[in-house]
Amino acid sequence: MKILCVCGLGQGTSLILRMNVETVLRELRISADVENTDVSSASGMSPDYIITSNELAQTLAGTSAKVIIVNNYFDLTEIKAALQSQLN
Amino acid sequence: MKFLEENLVAFDVEVSSPEEAIRAAGNLLAKGGVVEEGYIEAMVRSYHENGPYFVLAPKIALPHARPEDGVKEASVSFISLKHSIVFGNTANDPVQFVFALGASSSEEHLTLLKKLMLLLNSKENVEKLAEIHTYKELHNIIRGNDQ
Repeated sequence: MKILCVCGLGQGTSLILRMNVETVLRELRISADVENTDVSSASGMSPDYIITSNELAQTLAGTSAKVIIVNNYFDLTEIKAALQSQLN
Repeated sequence: MKFLEENLVAFDVEVSSPEEAIRAAGNLLAKGGVVEEGYIEAMVRSYHENGPYFVLAPKIALPHARPEDGVKEASVSFISLKHSIVFGNTANDPVQFVFALGASSSEEHLTLLKKLMLLLNSKENVEKLAEIHTYKELHNIIRGNDQ
């Protein structure tokens, strides 16, 4: 399973999201290949899931990946709930 | 690596737009000698081009640009706003706390982000940020994390 965490520049925000997503996946005992990148590179990649903010999800409308929206990147409880309900 | 050192922190800053908020936090980095002046406008440009996605959590914005936009040293500054500002992020507006990130491609970048997450992954810490007005108080919160 490939998961891509996406932000505008691929430098800071998506890395924070990725680290918190990895923490949650460890807690859920789910193994996945998690990467982070910027929004323009993301469209050329083909992950199973993209995790991003509501703002950037609009820009990624053309992707074949399932898009999971996280509003609070520092809230592990929200990230966990989003992953549990969307990953299958 | 410079993480929320005394000269990179300001409280109750008065601004009237997201751009002013980003510049105020960015100016601290430039004055501290850790980014070039041009990096500040690169952060504002990124806001205009990519939108307010960097409002990562309720009340919290983390503006930044790319390392090649003029970062001399991996760094984070902080300002609290006297009056909250709407950035256009429906889930997390209005913004009260701005952490400007001098993004580097070094290993220190990762260390800085981890320090920031240690501070902000805690709801209690974020609540405390609203109540503090001095560097000493901020330092106490950060020190509490390291223990």
